[in-house]
Amino acid sequence: MKLLKLGMLAIMLGTLLGACNGGKTTKTDGDSTATGGQSQGAEGQGADLGSGIDASQLDAEQQDLLSKRVIYFEFDSSLIKDEFVEVLKAHAQYLSEHPGTKVILEGHTDKRGSREYNIALGERRAQAVEKLLLLQGVSSSQIQIISFGEERPTALSDDEEAYSLNRRVEILYSEHR
Amino acid sequence: MKKLILSIAVLCITQLSFSVQAGLNITITEGVDSAVPIAVFPFDTSDTKVLDIAQVVASDLQRSAHFKPVGRDKLAGMPSQHSSSANNQWRTLGVESVIVGSIKSQGNGSYKVEFRLFDVIKNEQITGYSFNARSKDMRKVGHRISDIVFQQLTGVKGAFDTKIAYVMAKDKRNGQKQYVLAIADSDGYNEQIILKSPWPLMSPAWSPDAKQLAYVSFEKGRPRIFIQDLASGKRQLISEEKGLNGAPAWSHDGRFLALTLSRDNNAEVYVMEVATRKLNRITQNSAIDTEASWAPDGNVICFTSDRGGRPQLYEVKIDEQGKRDSRPKRISFEGDYNSRPTYSPDGRYIAMVHGERGRYQIAVMDRNNGQLWIVADTRLGESPSFAPNSAMLIYASEVRNQGVLEAVTVEGRGRQRLGLQTGDVREPAWSPYLP
Repeated sequence: MKLLKLGMLAIMLGTLLGACNGGKTTKTDGDSTATGGQSQGAEGQGADLGSGIDASQLDAEQQDLLSKRVIYFEFDSSLIKDEFVEVLKAHAQYLSEHPGTKVILEGHTDKRGSREYNIALGERRAQAVEKLLLLQGVSSSQIQIISFGEERPTALSDDEEAYSLNRRVEILYSEHR
Repeated sequence: MKKLILSIAVLCITQLSFSVQAGLNITITEGVDSAVPIAVFPFDTSDTKVLDIAQVVASDLQRSAHFKPVGRDKLAGMPSQHSSSANNQWRTLGVESVIVGSIKSQGNGSYKVEFRLFDVIKNEQITGYSFNARSKDMRKVGHRISDIVFQQLTGVKGAFDTKIAYVMAKDKRNGQKQYVLAIADSDGYNEQIILKSPWPLMSPAWSPDAKQLAYVSFEKGRPRIFIQDLASGKRQLISEEKGLNGAPAWSHDGRFLALTLSRDNNAEVYVMEVATRKLNRITQNSAIDTEASWAPDGNVICFTSDRGGRPQLYEVKIDEQGKRDSRPKRISFEGDYNSRPTYSPDGRYIAMVHGERGRYQIAVMDRNNGQLWIVADTRLGESPSFAPNSAMLIYASEVRNQGVLEAVTVEGRGRQRLGLQTGDVREPAWSPYLP
């Protein structure tokens, strides 16, 4: 299975959504933001939706949320912060609507503390994300979990800012079938 | 000469091959006032190419923090063989003990190495040995000599002729990471790579006979536990349960391997009987339970758990069948983060990662009275591991955002950095005494 790190590639998302949204309302490129969706959405509008402008805005919003694929945590915590709940709900909705799509939830920690504890902490973070997705109706068969603990940092410098970027769960979409 | 060589030992060494590496750079970062001065004379030899064994011995003794070898410049012009007049000159060095020796080529790349240890105060020989060894084993001869001297002068068995295992992370030229599992002599020389992988390698653990290493490998993208035979390089897959497979730790009789699995949904400590692969679950709890270490008597496991809200250390009794025999009991109370416990081989101490006010130090607890002290005031200390004589610890630290290995005595003296390895080095594990 080929993994696509979509968090870095908003363009991929556009492709995915485009492929899956089929006859729906919006056509977007990956760079569109919540405010920019309007004009682009107008073009592909279907006749079956009465309030086309509203619908395209919602989709753009969802897309913006879906483009966020990294959930960040406090030190030694696996509590999902409020600011990420909407992001995860958007992913949950997308996954529910696309039962053929699968994700890997990859848990990570900063480098403080011991390595095996951090492996377990990274797993617990990924499980916290999984739990929220399942509560939103995603099938457990769509989700896989792996923890790398502190072994694969994304920010390499040695300061609090880097630590905060490394305490994360990455949502990795597998290639669409 | 008052006494002849007291005993003769012949070394028949069949070790794995190695290549000598230059550039060992042991940095003593904290001096030791109580170290005893000792003179280690360059061994007499006519062979200019042979290894400077006296230097190996002097470095060993210095690293132990029990001894302070006299500088070579002060030994120049002094006699390097014992006599009454030589002993009088040695006394002027301010030392209590002197080591002298010789290296003679016997042809075919074989050497005869002799050394004698003298008590300068009493003007008598304490001990002396002779070794036959090939040139590639000369460094091992040096460590053997250090072991003998250390035991004679301190009453504690030396642990210089031992190995360390560790993990290195390197950045390859194509930008990919490479993880390397390696073993080396206790002073960092003779590095041998036993496994390379583009995926993380973790948690090397020596079998009690020092013939095997258990470790975690993420090859195939997820963690699994292997046991690798060091002589043959052959390895067996030991655990590939769903979820975590981590933190392997051998019982001291080699019958059991404690490990961490999350197959029942979250990280729990299990004990596996190695011969049958039969698993006993030890912890039952929704918190993280991991990083088991066996007490030397085999009846107790210490592990990390955050069941109290933060990582702390707990002990649980284990019966003869490897099953849980008591409720876990918390044993660490100082600091807001205590993890990665490891028992000293004599059973007296537990070393740990000790987090307090954002610093992750290496601390040791006396099991008799619960007293805890910092042995290394590191900011990002990890993975403490005892020498088999329980006198020293090796651990991982960071310098300029790079992992390094450091060692220190159990009292917290003579902190030093082993500077031989290149790249990001972590997770040192000190071997048991070698067979």
